[in-house]
Amino acid sequence: MKILVAIKRVVDFNVRVQVKPDGSGVATDGVKMSINPFDEIAVEEALRIKEAGKADEVIVVTIGNNSAQQQLRTALAMGADRAILIETESELQSLKAATSLLNVVEKEQPGMVIMGKQAIDGDNNQTPQMLATLWKRPQATFVSKLEINDDTLLATREVDEGLETIEVRLPAVISTDLRLNEPRFVKLPDIMKAKRKPLDIIAIDETLSGFEDKELTIQKYETPQARQKGIMVESVDELVALLKEKGLA
Amino acid sequence: MSKILILAQHDGVTINQATAKAVTAAKQIEGASIDLIVFSDNIDTIATQACKLADVHTVHAVSTESNQWKLATGISTKIAELASEYTHVFGPSTTFGKDVMPCIAAILGLNQISDVMQVIDAKTFKRPIYAGNAVITVNAPQDKIVATIRTASFKTNDMTTGSATIQNHENSNTQTDTKFIELQSGNTERPDLQTAAKVISGGRGLGSEENFELMYNLADKIGAATGASRAAVDAGYCPNEMQVGQTGKIIAPELYMSFGISGAIQHLTGIKDAGTIVAINKDGDAPIYEVADIGLVGDLFKIVPELMEKL
Repeated sequence: MKILVAIKRVVDFNVRVQVKPDGSGVATDGVKMSINPFDEIAVEEALRIKEAGKADEVIVVTIGNNSAQQQLRTALAMGADRAILIETESELQSLKAATSLLNVVEKEQPGMVIMGKQAIDGDNNQTPQMLATLWKRPQATFVSKLEINDDTLLATREVDEGLETIEVRLPAVISTDLRLNEPRFVKLPDIMKAKRKPLDIIAIDETLSGFEDKELTIQKYETPQARQKGIMVESVDELVALLKEKGLA
Repeated sequence: MSKILILAQHDGVTINQATAKAVTAAKQIEGASIDLIVFSDNIDTIATQACKLADVHTVHAVSTESNQWKLATGISTKIAELASEYTHVFGPSTTFGKDVMPCIAAILGLNQISDVMQVIDAKTFKRPIYAGNAVITVNAPQDKIVATIRTASFKTNDMTTGSATIQNHENSNTQTDTKFIELQSGNTERPDLQTAAKVISGGRGLGSEENFELMYNLADKIGAATGASRAAVDAGYCPNEMQVGQTGKIIAPELYMSFGISGAIQHLTGIKDAGTIVAINKDGDAPIYEVADIGLVGDLFKIVPELMEKL
Protein backbone atom coordinates (compact mmCIF):
# COMPACT_ATOMS: atom_id res chain seq x y z
CA MET A 1 0.00 0.00 0.00
CA LYS A 2 1.07 3.52 -0.80
CA ILE A 3 0.37 6.33 1.64
CA LEU A 4 0.04 9.88 0.40
CA VAL A 5 0.66 12.60 2.98
CA ALA A 6 -0.42 16.16 2.20
CA ILE A 7 1.44 18.91 4.02
CA LYS A 8 1.32 22.71 4.07
CA ARG A 9 4.02 25.31 4.65
CA VAL A 10 2.76 27.72 7.30
CA VAL A 11 4.04 30.41 9.65
CA ASP A 12 5.68 28.56 12.56
CA PHE A 13 3.34 28.02 15.50
CA ASN A 14 5.63 29.97 17.84
CA VAL A 15 5.33 33.17 15.80
CA ARG A 16 2.70 35.64 16.92
CA VAL A 17 1.47 37.00 13.59
CA GLN A 18 0.63 40.68 13.14
CA VAL A 19 -1.97 42.17 10.86
CA LYS A 20 -0.47 44.67 8.39
CA PRO A 21 -1.41 48.26 9.22
CA ASP A 22 -3.36 48.68 5.96
CA GLY A 23 -5.49 45.59 6.67
CA SER A 24 -4.39 43.85 3.46
CA GLY A 25 -3.06 40.71 5.14
CA VAL A 26 -0.76 39.47 7.87
CA ALA A 27 2.95 40.23 7.88
CA THR A 28 4.88 37.13 6.82
CA ASP A 29 8.11 38.66 5.48
CA GLY A 30 11.15 37.17 7.18
CA VAL A 31 8.97 35.10 9.48
CA LYS A 32 9.97 31.51 10.30
CA MET A 33 8.06 28.96 8.20
CA SER A 34 7.47 25.31 9.10
CA ILE A 35 5.42 22.25 8.25
CA ASN A 36 1.92 22.72 9.65
CA PRO A 37 2.18 20.86 13.02
CA PHE A 38 -0.84 18.63 12.30
CA ASP A 39 0.74 17.66 8.95
CA GLU A 40 4.00 16.77 10.67
CA ILE A 41 1.95 14.34 12.78
CA ALA A 42 0.50 12.98 9.52
CA VAL A 43 4.01 12.36 8.12
CA GLU A 44 5.04 10.63 11.34
CA GLU A 45 1.97 8.38 11.32
CA ALA A 46 2.57 7.34 7.70
CA LEU A 47 6.17 6.47 8.54
CA ARG A 48 5.10 4.40 11.55
CA ILE A 49 2.60 2.48 9.40
CA LYS A 50 5.36 1.78 6.88
CA GLU A 51 7.80 0.76 9.62
CA ALA A 52 5.18 -1.65 10.95
CA GLY A 53 5.21 -3.32 7.53
CA LYS A 54 1.73 -2.19 6.53
CA ALA A 55 2.76 0.19 3.75
CA ASP A 56 5.56 0.12 1.16
CA GLU A 57 5.85 3.74 0.17
CA VAL A 58 5.24 7.15 1.73
CA ILE A 59 4.77 10.00 -0.73
CA VAL A 60 4.57 13.54 0.55
CA VAL A 61 2.83 16.25 -1.45
CA THR A 62 2.35 19.98 -1.00
CA ILE A 63 0.85 22.87 -2.91
CA GLY A 64 2.83 26.08 -2.82
CA ASN A 65 5.62 28.14 -4.30
CA ASN A 66 9.18 27.01 -4.75
CA SER A 67 10.09 27.70 -1.11
CA ALA A 68 7.77 24.88 -0.05
CA GLN A 69 10.51 22.49 -1.27
CA GLN A 70 12.09 23.17 2.10
CA GLN A 71 9.16 21.59 3.96
CA LEU A 72 9.09 18.65 1.52
CA ARG A 73 12.81 18.07 2.19
CA THR A 74 12.10 18.06 5.92
CA ALA A 75 9.43 15.39 5.40
CA LEU A 76 11.89 13.40 3.24
CA ALA A 77 14.48 13.72 6.01
CA MET A 78 11.93 12.35 8.46
CA GLY A 79 11.76 9.29 6.20
CA ALA A 80 9.27 9.84 3.38
CA ASP A 81 10.34 8.12 0.12
CA ARG A 82 9.57 10.80 -2.43
CA ALA A 83 7.92 14.19 -2.77
CA ILE A 84 5.68 16.11 -5.12
CA LEU A 85 5.41 19.89 -5.30
CA ILE A 86 2.30 21.23 -6.99
CA GLU A 87 3.65 24.61 -7.85
CA THR A 88 1.67 27.84 -7.65
CA GLU A 89 2.37 31.41 -6.63
CA SER A 90 -1.14 32.05 -5.35
CA GLU A 91 -2.84 31.21 -2.07
CA LEU A 92 -5.41 28.49 -2.60
CA GLN A 93 -8.75 28.10 -0.91
CA SER A 94 -9.77 24.67 0.33
CA LEU A 95 -11.86 23.44 -2.60
CA LYS A 96 -9.12 24.22 -5.10
CA ALA A 97 -6.53 22.55 -2.88
CA ALA A 98 -8.71 19.44 -2.50
CA THR A 99 -9.34 19.31 -6.27
CA SER A 100 -5.65 19.61 -7.03
CA LEU A 101 -4.81 16.89 -4.48
CA LEU A 102 -7.49 14.66 -5.98
CA ASN A 103 -5.60 14.76 -9.26
CA VAL A 104 -2.47 13.43 -7.54
CA VAL A 105 -4.55 10.84 -5.68
CA GLU A 106 -5.99 9.56 -8.95
CA LYS A 107 -2.51 9.26 -10.44
CA GLU A 108 -0.85 7.64 -7.42
CA GLN A 109 -3.78 5.47 -6.22
CA PRO A 110 -2.78 5.47 -2.54
CA GLY A 111 -4.48 3.19 -0.03
CA MET A 112 -4.59 6.06 2.41
CA VAL A 113 -4.26 9.81 2.38
CA ILE A 114 -3.20 11.33 5.70
CA MET A 115 -3.16 15.05 6.45
CA GLY A 116 -3.57 17.47 9.34
CA LYS A 117 -7.09 18.31 10.45
CA GLN A 118 -6.44 22.00 9.88
CA ALA A 119 -3.64 24.32 8.87
CA ILE A 120 -2.78 26.74 11.65
CA ASP A 121 -2.82 29.74 9.30
CA GLY A 122 -6.34 29.69 7.85
CA ASP A 123 -7.76 27.37 10.56
CA ASN A 124 -10.34 26.24 7.99
CA ASN A 125 -10.52 22.52 8.74
CA GLN A 126 -11.99 21.67 5.31
CA THR A 127 -9.52 20.18 2.83
CA PRO A 128 -9.43 16.56 4.10
CA GLN A 129 -13.23 16.32 4.19
CA MET A 130 -13.48 17.89 0.74
CA LEU A 131 -10.87 15.54 -0.70
CA ALA A 132 -12.69 12.50 0.72
CA THR A 133 -15.97 13.76 -0.76
CA LEU A 134 -14.52 14.47 -4.21
CA TRP A 135 -12.72 11.12 -4.17
CA LYS A 136 -15.97 9.44 -3.03
CA ARG A 137 -14.10 7.58 -0.28
CA PRO A 138 -14.61 7.44 3.52
CA GLN A 139 -13.09 9.96 5.88
CA ALA A 140 -11.89 9.65 9.45
CA THR A 141 -11.32 13.14 10.83
CA PHE A 142 -9.57 14.36 14.02
CA VAL A 143 -7.94 10.98 14.56
CA SER A 144 -5.94 10.22 17.72
CA LYS A 145 -5.45 6.47 17.17
CA LEU A 146 -5.31 4.25 14.08
CA GLU A 147 -5.47 0.48 13.83
CA ILE A 148 -5.11 -1.03 10.37
CA ASN A 149 -6.59 -4.46 9.59
CA ASP A 150 -6.18 -5.54 5.93
CA ASP A 151 -8.63 -3.42 3.97
CA THR A 152 -10.30 -1.65 6.87
CA LEU A 153 -9.14 0.54 9.69
CA LEU A 154 -10.41 1.41 13.13
CA ALA A 155 -10.01 5.11 13.82
CA THR A 156 -10.41 6.74 17.21
CA ARG A 157 -11.57 10.32 16.75
CA GLU A 158 -11.33 13.19 19.23
CA VAL A 159 -14.86 14.55 19.35
CA ASP A 160 -16.50 17.06 21.71
CA GLU A 161 -18.13 14.29 23.73
CA GLY A 162 -15.00 12.18 24.17
CA LEU A 163 -13.44 9.51 21.96
CA GLU A 164 -15.40 8.07 19.07
CA THR A 165 -14.40 4.92 17.21
CA ILE A 166 -15.40 4.37 13.60
CA GLU A 167 -14.54 1.68 11.10
CA VAL A 168 -13.74 2.68 7.53
CA ARG A 169 -12.93 0.67 4.45
CA LEU A 170 -9.76 1.62 2.59
CA PRO A 171 -8.88 3.62 0.62
CA ALA A 172 -9.77 6.51 2.89
CA VAL A 173 -8.74 9.99 3.97
CA ILE A 174 -7.46 10.44 7.53
CA SER A 175 -7.15 13.83 9.24
CA THR A 176 -4.89 13.94 12.27
CA ASP A 177 -5.39 15.41 15.72
CA LEU A 178 -2.61 16.37 18.13
CA ARG A 179 -2.43 13.24 20.20
CA LEU A 180 -2.02 10.74 17.36
CA ASN A 181 1.76 10.66 17.88
CA GLU A 182 4.84 12.73 18.61
CA PRO A 183 6.83 13.41 15.45
CA ARG A 184 10.47 12.34 15.44
CA PHE A 185 13.39 14.72 15.33
CA VAL A 186 15.31 14.88 12.09
CA LYS A 187 18.98 13.87 12.29
CA LEU A 188 21.71 15.53 10.25
CA PRO A 189 22.66 12.44 8.14
CA ASP A 190 19.00 12.10 7.22
CA ILE A 191 18.93 15.68 5.98
CA MET A 192 21.89 14.87 3.71
CA LYS A 193 20.19 11.69 2.49
CA ALA A 194 16.95 13.58 1.84
CA LYS A 195 18.70 15.79 -0.70
CA ARG A 196 19.07 12.78 -3.02
CA LYS A 197 15.47 11.61 -2.74
CA PRO A 198 13.20 12.33 -5.73
CA LEU A 199 11.15 15.53 -5.70
CA ASP A 200 8.86 16.09 -8.69
CA ILE A 201 7.46 19.48 -9.55
CA ILE A 202 4.18 19.84 -11.42
CA ALA A 203 2.42 23.03 -12.41
CA ILE A 204 -0.88 23.48 -10.63
CA ASP A 205 -2.78 24.02 -13.89
CA GLU A 206 -1.99 20.43 -14.88
CA THR A 207 -3.96 19.24 -11.84
CA LEU A 208 -6.99 21.47 -12.29
CA SER A 209 -8.39 20.85 -15.76
CA GLY A 210 -12.01 21.92 -15.98
CA PHE A 211 -12.07 23.27 -12.42
CA GLU A 212 -14.19 26.35 -11.91
CA ASP A 213 -13.34 28.14 -8.71
CA LYS A 214 -15.90 29.99 -6.65
CA GLU A 215 -13.49 31.80 -4.39
CA LEU A 216 -14.49 33.67 -1.29
CA THR A 217 -13.28 37.26 -1.21
CA ILE A 218 -11.34 38.42 1.82
CA GLN A 219 -12.29 42.08 2.17
CA LYS A 220 -10.30 43.00 5.23
CA TYR A 221 -7.86 41.74 7.87
CA GLU A 222 -8.00 43.21 11.35
CA THR A 223 -6.50 42.72 14.77
CA PRO A 224 -9.04 41.25 17.18
CA GLN A 225 -10.30 43.43 19.98
CA ALA A 226 -8.05 43.03 22.98
CA ARG A 227 -9.49 42.37 26.39
CA GLN A 228 -9.22 45.20 28.90
CA LYS A 229 -6.32 44.85 31.29
CA GLY A 230 -7.62 43.38 34.55
CA ILE A 231 -6.64 43.84 38.15
CA MET A 232 -4.38 41.87 40.47
CA VAL A 233 -5.55 40.87 43.92
CA GLU A 234 -3.41 39.83 46.89
CA SER A 235 -5.64 37.33 48.65
CA VAL A 236 -8.42 34.78 48.24
CA ASP A 237 -10.68 37.03 50.35
CA GLU A 238 -10.24 39.89 47.89
CA LEU A 239 -10.89 37.54 44.97
CA VAL A 240 -14.05 36.14 46.52
CA ALA A 241 -15.30 39.65 47.34
CA LEU A 242 -14.81 40.74 43.72
CA LEU A 243 -16.60 37.65 42.40
CA LYS A 244 -19.52 38.34 44.75
CA GLU A 245 -19.63 41.94 43.58
CA LYS A 246 -19.94 40.71 39.97
CA GLY A 247 -22.65 38.27 40.99
CA LEU A 248 -20.44 35.30 40.10
CA ALA A 249 -20.15 33.76 43.56
CA MET B 1 -34.85 36.56 0.57
CA SER B 2 -32.54 34.25 2.45
CA LYS B 3 -33.61 30.68 3.09
CA ILE B 4 -31.40 29.03 5.65
CA LEU B 5 -31.05 25.32 6.35
CA ILE B 6 -29.37 24.45 9.65
CA LEU B 7 -27.93 21.03 10.45
CA ALA B 8 -29.15 20.16 13.95
CA GLN B 9 -26.85 18.32 16.34
CA HIS B 10 -28.05 15.97 19.05
CA ASP B 11 -26.71 13.15 21.18
CA GLY B 12 -29.49 10.69 20.48
CA VAL B 13 -31.59 12.10 23.30
CA THR B 14 -31.48 15.90 23.27
CA ILE B 15 -30.83 18.65 20.75
CA ASN B 16 -27.48 20.32 21.39
CA GLN B 17 -27.42 24.02 22.32
CA ALA B 18 -24.91 24.59 19.53
CA THR B 19 -27.86 24.18 17.16
CA ALA B 20 -29.75 26.99 18.89
CA LYS B 21 -26.68 29.19 18.61
CA ALA B 22 -26.59 28.60 14.87
CA VAL B 23 -30.25 29.70 14.78
CA THR B 24 -29.27 32.94 16.55
CA ALA B 25 -26.63 33.58 13.89
CA ALA B 26 -29.12 32.83 11.10
CA LYS B 27 -31.65 35.27 12.60
CA GLN B 28 -29.15 38.06 12.12
CA ILE B 29 -29.54 37.75 8.36
CA GLU B 30 -32.32 40.10 7.37
CA GLY B 31 -35.59 38.48 6.39
CA ALA B 32 -34.19 34.98 6.89
CA SER B 33 -36.51 32.01 6.85
CA ILE B 34 -35.01 29.20 8.92
CA ASP B 35 -35.46 25.41 8.65
CA LEU B 36 -33.63 22.57 10.38
CA ILE B 37 -32.48 19.19 9.18
CA VAL B 38 -31.96 16.39 11.65
CA PHE B 39 -30.84 12.75 11.30
CA SER B 40 -31.54 10.00 13.81
CA ASP B 41 -32.55 6.37 14.24
CA ASN B 42 -35.02 7.67 16.81
CA ILE B 43 -36.28 10.38 14.53
CA ASP B 44 -39.76 11.08 15.90
CA THR B 45 -38.54 11.93 19.39
CA ILE B 46 -35.63 14.06 18.18
CA ALA B 47 -37.68 15.85 15.51
CA THR B 48 -40.44 16.69 18.00
CA GLN B 49 -37.81 18.25 20.21
CA ALA B 50 -36.26 20.15 17.29
CA CYS B 51 -39.68 21.68 16.58
CA LYS B 52 -39.52 23.49 19.91
CA LEU B 53 -36.62 25.66 18.74
CA ALA B 54 -38.06 29.13 18.31
CA ASP B 55 -37.94 30.88 14.90
CA VAL B 56 -37.79 27.63 12.93
CA HIS B 57 -40.42 26.91 10.24
CA THR B 58 -39.82 23.36 9.13
CA VAL B 59 -37.85 20.48 10.56
CA HIS B 60 -36.67 18.06 7.89
CA ALA B 61 -36.59 14.75 9.73
CA VAL B 62 -34.48 12.05 8.14
CA SER B 63 -34.70 8.58 9.60
CA THR B 64 -31.17 7.18 9.54
CA GLU B 65 -29.54 3.96 10.72
CA SER B 66 -28.01 3.99 14.18
CA ASN B 67 -24.44 3.57 12.93
CA GLN B 68 -24.78 6.31 10.29
CA TRP B 69 -26.52 9.41 11.65
CA LYS B 70 -23.38 10.81 13.30
CA LEU B 71 -21.20 10.35 10.23
CA ALA B 72 -20.46 12.83 7.48
CA THR B 73 -20.50 10.08 4.87
CA GLY B 74 -23.88 8.91 6.17
CA ILE B 75 -25.71 12.23 5.93
CA SER B 76 -23.96 14.77 3.69
CA THR B 77 -25.53 13.62 0.41
CA LYS B 78 -29.04 14.16 1.77
CA ILE B 79 -28.20 17.62 3.10
CA ALA B 80 -26.66 18.63 -0.22
CA GLU B 81 -29.78 17.37 -2.00
CA LEU B 82 -32.09 19.54 0.12
CA ALA B 83 -29.68 22.47 -0.17
CA SER B 84 -30.94 23.17 -3.68
CA GLU B 85 -33.90 24.99 -2.14
CA TYR B 86 -31.78 27.13 0.19
CA THR B 87 -29.48 30.14 -0.03
CA HIS B 88 -27.49 29.15 3.09
CA VAL B 89 -26.56 25.90 4.80
CA PHE B 90 -25.27 26.36 8.36
CA GLY B 91 -23.90 23.90 10.86
CA PRO B 92 -22.48 24.35 14.35
CA SER B 93 -18.70 24.66 14.59
CA THR B 94 -18.50 21.57 16.80
CA THR B 95 -16.54 18.44 15.88
CA PHE B 96 -19.80 17.11 14.38
CA GLY B 97 -20.37 20.20 12.21
CA LYS B 98 -16.69 20.46 11.28
CA ASP B 99 -16.75 16.87 10.05
CA VAL B 100 -19.91 17.16 7.97
CA MET B 101 -20.15 20.68 6.56
CA PRO B 102 -17.07 20.71 4.26
CA CYS B 103 -18.45 17.57 2.59
CA ILE B 104 -21.64 19.45 1.74
CA ALA B 105 -19.59 22.37 0.42
CA ALA B 106 -17.56 19.99 -1.75
CA ILE B 107 -20.67 18.34 -3.21
CA LEU B 108 -22.04 21.80 -4.02
CA GLY B 109 -18.68 22.91 -5.47
CA LEU B 110 -18.20 25.70 -2.92
CA ASN B 111 -15.69 26.87 -0.37
CA GLN B 112 -17.00 26.87 3.18
CA ILE B 113 -16.87 29.83 5.55
CA SER B 114 -15.57 28.23 8.76
CA ASP B 115 -16.19 29.50 12.30
CA VAL B 116 -18.40 32.50 11.60
CA MET B 117 -18.06 34.85 14.59
CA GLN B 118 -20.12 37.75 13.25
CA VAL B 119 -22.78 38.19 10.59
CA ILE B 120 -22.36 41.42 8.60
CA ASP B 121 -25.00 40.71 5.95
CA ALA B 122 -26.39 37.75 4.01
CA LYS B 123 -23.11 37.26 2.15
CA THR B 124 -20.50 38.80 4.45
CA PHE B 125 -19.14 37.35 7.65
CA LYS B 126 -16.25 37.73 10.07
CA ARG B 127 -14.12 34.77 11.14
CA PRO B 128 -10.87 34.25 13.07
CA ILE B 129 -7.63 32.97 11.52
CA TYR B 130 -4.14 32.29 12.96
CA ALA B 131 -5.54 31.02 16.27
CA GLY B 132 -7.56 34.19 16.63
CA ASN B 133 -4.58 36.52 16.12
CA ALA B 134 -6.37 38.05 13.14
CA VAL B 135 -9.96 38.43 12.07
CA ILE B 136 -11.00 38.48 8.43
CA THR B 137 -14.11 39.79 6.74
CA VAL B 138 -15.15 37.28 4.09
CA ASN B 139 -17.61 37.85 1.28
CA ALA B 140 -19.15 35.04 -0.74
CA PRO B 141 -19.88 36.20 -4.29
CA GLN B 142 -21.76 33.01 -5.15
CA ASP B 143 -25.50 32.40 -4.70
CA LYS B 144 -25.16 29.70 -2.09
CA ILE B 145 -23.24 29.79 1.17
CA VAL B 146 -22.05 26.93 3.38
CA ALA B 147 -20.80 27.99 6.81
CA THR B 148 -20.08 26.72 10.31
CA ILE B 149 -21.09 28.89 13.25
CA ARG B 150 -18.64 29.49 16.08
CA THR B 151 -20.76 28.69 19.11
CA ALA B 152 -18.89 30.94 21.56
CA SER B 153 -19.87 34.00 19.50
CA PHE B 154 -23.66 33.64 19.63
CA LYS B 155 -26.24 33.35 22.39
CA THR B 156 -28.50 30.31 22.67
CA ASN B 157 -31.82 30.89 20.92
CA ASP B 158 -35.01 29.91 22.76
CA MET B 159 -35.37 26.11 22.65
CA THR B 160 -38.84 25.69 24.21
CA THR B 161 -41.48 27.88 22.57
CA GLY B 162 -41.14 26.98 18.88
CA SER B 163 -43.82 25.23 16.83
CA ALA B 164 -42.17 24.12 13.60
CA THR B 165 -43.78 21.51 11.37
CA ILE B 166 -42.10 18.20 10.61
CA GLN B 167 -41.42 16.97 7.10
CA ASN B 168 -40.31 13.35 6.94
CA HIS B 169 -37.64 12.16 4.50
CA GLU B 170 -35.90 8.95 3.57
CA ASN B 171 -32.11 9.05 3.71
CA SER B 172 -30.62 8.77 0.24
CA ASN B 173 -27.33 7.47 1.56
CA THR B 174 -26.50 3.86 0.84
CA GLN B 175 -22.80 3.68 1.68
CA THR B 176 -21.52 0.92 3.94
CA ASP B 177 -17.82 1.80 3.91
CA THR B 178 -17.98 3.82 7.13
CA LYS B 179 -19.53 2.63 10.37
CA PHE B 180 -19.89 4.18 13.78
CA ILE B 181 -18.64 1.70 16.40
CA GLU B 182 -18.69 3.38 19.81
CA LEU B 183 -18.36 6.56 21.83
CA GLN B 184 -16.37 6.65 25.04
CA SER B 185 -17.44 9.59 27.11
CA GLY B 186 -16.15 10.83 30.44
CA ASN B 187 -18.16 12.32 33.28
CA THR B 188 -21.62 13.41 32.21
CA GLU B 189 -22.78 14.51 35.68
CA ARG B 190 -21.12 17.90 35.44
CA PRO B 191 -22.40 20.71 33.19
CA ASP B 192 -21.36 20.57 29.55
CA LEU B 193 -18.08 22.44 29.05
CA GLN B 194 -19.25 24.15 25.86
CA THR B 195 -22.39 25.66 27.33
CA ALA B 196 -21.66 25.96 31.08
CA ALA B 197 -21.98 29.37 32.77
CA LYS B 198 -18.95 28.63 34.94
CA VAL B 199 -15.78 26.72 34.14
CA ILE B 200 -12.95 25.60 36.42
CA SER B 201 -9.87 24.80 34.37
CA GLY B 202 -6.54 23.25 35.27
CA GLY B 203 -3.11 23.19 33.66
CA ARG B 204 0.28 21.59 34.01
CA GLY B 205 0.59 23.31 37.40
CA LEU B 206 -1.71 20.67 38.86
CA GLY B 207 1.14 18.18 38.50
CA SER B 208 -0.78 14.91 38.40
CA GLU B 209 -4.05 13.15 37.62
CA GLU B 210 -4.67 12.76 41.38
CA ASN B 211 -4.24 16.48 41.99
CA PHE B 212 -6.73 17.21 39.23
CA GLU B 213 -9.38 16.03 41.73
CA LEU B 214 -9.00 19.51 43.22
CA MET B 215 -10.49 20.93 40.03
CA TYR B 216 -13.40 18.48 39.99
CA ASN B 217 -14.17 19.17 43.66
CA LEU B 218 -14.13 22.93 43.22
CA ALA B 219 -16.24 22.65 40.06
CA ASP B 220 -18.82 20.53 41.89
CA LYS B 221 -18.84 23.00 44.77
CA ILE B 222 -19.89 25.90 42.50
CA GLY B 223 -21.76 23.93 39.82
CA ALA B 224 -19.14 24.50 37.14
CA ALA B 225 -17.91 22.47 34.19
CA THR B 226 -14.24 21.46 34.11
CA GLY B 227 -11.72 22.32 31.44
CA ALA B 228 -7.99 21.95 30.91
CA SER B 229 -5.03 23.21 28.94
CA ARG B 230 -3.42 21.10 26.25
CA ALA B 231 -0.42 20.56 28.50
CA ALA B 232 -2.62 18.96 31.18
CA VAL B 233 -4.35 16.71 28.66
CA ASP B 234 -1.07 15.69 27.00
CA ALA B 235 0.38 14.87 30.42
CA GLY B 236 -2.55 12.53 31.01
CA TYR B 237 -4.01 14.47 33.96
CA CYS B 238 -7.49 14.51 32.39
CA PRO B 239 -9.38 13.34 29.28
CA ASN B 240 -9.07 15.00 25.87
CA GLU B 241 -12.62 16.33 25.73
CA MET B 242 -11.67 18.79 28.47
CA GLN B 243 -9.15 20.62 26.30
CA VAL B 244 -9.87 24.30 25.78
CA GLY B 245 -8.16 26.22 22.97
CA GLN B 246 -7.52 26.56 19.24
CA THR B 247 -7.70 22.83 18.64
CA GLY B 248 -9.91 21.97 21.58
CA LYS B 249 -13.09 23.73 22.62
CA ILE B 250 -13.77 27.42 22.15
CA ILE B 251 -15.92 28.49 25.08
CA ALA B 252 -17.62 31.61 26.42
CA PRO B 253 -18.72 31.04 30.03
CA GLU B 254 -19.66 33.91 32.34
CA LEU B 255 -16.83 32.87 34.66
CA TYR B 256 -13.61 31.10 33.68
CA MET B 257 -11.24 30.28 36.54
CA SER B 258 -7.84 28.93 35.53
CA PHE B 259 -5.41 27.21 37.86
CA GLY B 260 -1.80 26.50 36.97
CA ILE B 261 -2.32 27.46 33.31
CA SER B 262 0.38 29.71 31.85
CA GLY B 263 -1.76 30.73 28.88
CA ALA B 264 -0.23 29.81 25.52
CA ILE B 265 -1.81 31.79 22.67
CA GLN B 266 -3.54 28.60 21.50
CA HIS B 267 -5.24 28.31 24.91
CA LEU B 268 -6.19 31.99 25.13
CA THR B 269 -7.96 31.65 21.77
CA GLY B 270 -10.39 29.29 23.46
CA ILE B 271 -11.40 31.65 26.29
CA LYS B 272 -11.30 35.15 24.78
CA ASP B 273 -15.08 35.44 24.77
CA ALA B 274 -15.49 34.53 28.44
CA GLY B 275 -17.24 37.09 30.68
CA THR B 276 -14.78 37.17 33.57
CA ILE B 277 -11.43 35.39 33.47
CA VAL B 278 -9.71 34.63 36.76
CA ALA B 279 -6.07 33.52 36.64
CA ILE B 280 -4.30 31.73 39.46
CA ASN B 281 -0.70 30.77 38.83
CA LYS B 282 2.54 30.76 40.75
CA ASP B 283 4.33 32.68 37.98
CA GLY B 284 3.14 36.28 37.96
CA ASP B 285 4.66 36.84 34.51
CA ALA B 286 2.56 34.12 32.86
CA PRO B 287 0.76 35.34 29.70
CA ILE B 288 -2.61 34.29 31.16
CA TYR B 289 -2.51 37.51 33.24
CA GLU B 290 -2.64 39.57 30.03
CA VAL B 291 -6.21 38.47 29.41
CA ALA B 292 -7.33 37.91 33.01
CA ASP B 293 -9.87 40.25 34.59
CA ILE B 294 -8.75 39.19 38.03
CA GLY B 295 -5.31 37.76 38.75
CA LEU B 296 -3.95 36.19 41.89
CA VAL B 297 -0.36 34.99 42.11
CA GLY B 298 0.28 32.12 44.48
CA ASP B 299 0.33 28.42 45.22
CA LEU B 300 -2.84 26.82 43.87
CA PHE B 301 -2.53 23.99 46.40
CA LYS B 302 -3.11 26.56 49.16
CA ILE B 303 -5.57 28.71 47.21
CA VAL B 304 -7.97 25.98 46.06
CA PRO B 305 -8.71 24.67 49.59
CA GLU B 306 -9.29 28.25 50.73
CA LEU B 307 -11.67 28.80 47.82
CA MET B 308 -13.50 25.58 48.69
CA GLU B 309 -14.16 27.10 52.09
CA LYS B 310 -15.07 30.61 51.01
CA LEU B 311 -17.00 30.18 47.77
